[in-house]
Amino acid sequence: MASIPMEQGLLLAGVLFAIGLTGVLVRRNIIFVLLSLEVMLNAAGLAFIVAGYRWGQPDGQVLFLFVLTMAAAEVSVGLALVLQLHRVFKTLDVDVASRMRG
Amino acid sequence: MLHLLFLVPILPFCGFVVLALFGRWFDRRQVAAIGVGSIGLSALFALLVGFDFVIAPPAGDHFSQSLWTWINVGGFSPHIAFYLDSLSVIMILVVTVVGFLIHVYSAEYMEDEPDGYARFFACMNLFVGSMLTLVLADNLLLLYLGWEGVGLCSYLLIGFWYTDPANGRAARKAFIVTRIGDTALLVGLLLLFTKLGTLQIQPLMQLASERWVVGSSITVAAAGLLLGGALGKSAQLPLQTWLPDAMAGPTPVSALIHAATMVTAGVYLIARMNVLFTLSPVIQTTVAAVGAGTLILAGFSALTQRDIKRVLAYSTISQIGYMFLAVGVGAWSAAMFHFMTHAFFKALLFMAAGVIILGLHHEQDMFKMGGLRKQTPLVFWTFLAGSLSLAALPLVTAGFYSKDAILAGAWASDAGGRWLWAAGLGGALLTGLYTFRMVFLTFFGQVQTPFHLKPGLRLLLPLVVLAFLSIVAGFLDLPRTLGNQPWFSDFVHTSLPETKEIAGSVERNLQIVASLASIGGILLAYYFFLREPGFVRRLMMTPLGAALHRFWFVGWGFDWAYDNLIVGTYVRLARANRADVFDLPMRGIALINQAGHIVLSRTETGRLRWYATSVAFGAIVAVGIVVFVT
Repeated sequence: MASIPMEQGLLLAGVLFAIGLTGVLVRRNIIFVLLSLEVMLNAAGLAFIVAGYRWGQPDGQVLFLFVLTMAAAEVSVGLALVLQLHRVFKTLDVDVASRMRG
Repeated sequence: MLHLLFLVPILPFCGFVVLALFGRWFDRRQVAAIGVGSIGLSALFALLVGFDFVIAPPAGDHFSQSLWTWINVGGFSPHIAFYLDSLSVIMILVVTVVGFLIHVYSAEYMEDEPDGYARFFACMNLFVGSMLTLVLADNLLLLYLGWEGVGLCSYLLIGFWYTDPANGRAARKAFIVTRIGDTALLVGLLLLFTKLGTLQIQPLMQLASERWVVGSSITVAAAGLLLGGALGKSAQLPLQTWLPDAMAGPTPVSALIHAATMVTAGVYLIARMNVLFTLSPVIQTTVAAVGAGTLILAGFSALTQRDIKRVLAYSTISQIGYMFLAVGVGAWSAAMFHFMTHAFFKALLFMAAGVIILGLHHEQDMFKMGGLRKQTPLVFWTFLAGSLSLAALPLVTAGFYSKDAILAGAWASDAGGRWLWAAGLGGALLTGLYTFRMVFLTFFGQVQTPFHLKPGLRLLLPLVVLAFLSIVAGFLDLPRTLGNQPWFSDFVHTSLPETKEIAGSVERNLQIVASLASIGGILLAYYFFLREPGFVRRLMMTPLGAALHRFWFVGWGFDWAYDNLIVGTYVRLARANRADVFDLPMRGIALINQAGHIVLSRTETGRLRWYATSVAFGAIVAVGIVVFVT
């Protein structure tokens, strides 16, 4: 099995990260913001795995497992916040929830 | 018994705490019981300790008691510790016994006050506690604590009737003027600490006499700064202006604080630090000169006052001038002896004057009194005893023996002794004159205002006790020419240096001259104010007489000069600096911070996406710096 060059893997991770970030910054619907966040997390995870593969170390994959666990926890909190947002503001637009402005 | 010493200052503080915290829930009898009782117990323990000290003197003629370490920082560890030697024994006995009598008197004197009975006794107890701390302190820091404590109580009690703005003004004046001296004292303490590394009085004196040369500039600076503190507290030239105005307080306050105890703290300080003053003869001569000048100036002012309490106030300044003269010429025991007799007779005079003031519905003008001799015979006789002692009637009064010792000391002094003696002699004449002017105006002549008071036992008993003491206290120290029993001097000399002796025949001649001066003063007063009152009136009609009278009445224009030169200049400067240029840098810092705050608070939009953008931008910048710059 031909190995994938590290550059391509990191490039993919970078592109995914940029897509996720763009999503976080431009989407106003909180569910899409959370989705984009997941994309960013996975991009970072991919970078870990590529790096681990490059050095022949298991650390990258171990770290990805941690990221997954954390992502699961984050999603549960995030969804709870989504429900709360919907209950209070009757909308999913994050810009509406800006009461804490200076 | 000596180990009970700590109870002497602690008990008044306990009385203060109880009265200050719970005073409002007690009725008058309970307040008086606590306020007077605490001082009474303190006096009892002081007598026990003093008795024990005299009967069985401890090793080295002193006793120290350390209660706890006050501060311990970088090798500097002053203790809350008391030091008892013959000097402090005399001080605590006078402070507690006279203080107790004045408290008994106050219990009745203040009874008709609508409010503030508990406040009055709380402040009085705090005062006695602070005064005892001052005189018992083993180190200068504790002494300074007591020093400031008595100043605070003086302020609180002068302004006791605070609803009248004039009293508040008098209280502030007393506080600020003494503060000028206190600042000098504090600087002096810091100087001593930086140069000698300790504030404990006895090691400090030891070190000073070992390391410093007589007359060197450092001793002059240190002694001069301490003298500044003493001048302020003891109302001597040029800081004497606060004491006459301090008479705005209730009469027992004037008796306790502004006659018997606090104002003599300066004399105590100089006596306690005698080594330092002996090391700088210039300053010691200054002390004597200041004392001589003050006693004359205040004597003339006392001669022209109308208010009986102001006469007594100027008289106090004048008598403390005698004490300064005594310590200035090195007659240490004479100074302490005069301190003691003065505490007796001046407290007596103030309290007797207080009874009269009460009986005349708070009338203090002597020209509206008169003929009181028949109306209040007991007050008259006690007042007469105090006056005779103040005027130093020869042989039978305490004032004679103490003043005589001072005059003999002044004569023996090397530094202009004859001049100092002459000033003291002139002062003796003046003292007889103004004292008996007061007696004749108040108790003789026509009845002008009827006297309405049946003074109770608590008012009269202290007067009788103090009248007794004003007469017999003199026999504690009989000079060589009259009995040669110097018990008091011998006792004082266990802690203070010996006084220079003069020949017995000279001493006898000096005594005769001094006796003539005081009797002459009394006779002159009799002639001017009882036989021929018209003469003084005619004298005051002449332009020179009127001008002098006016000048002396206002205390030699010191208040006028200070108001115009110092207060006026200060107020003008403050006006000119209304915009407060010195604060501009400080306010500039505040303004910059405020502007920064406004800018930063704009970035807080409350929008989640704006924050995410900021984080992303920040991360890009941080990564950019790491990648491209380093």
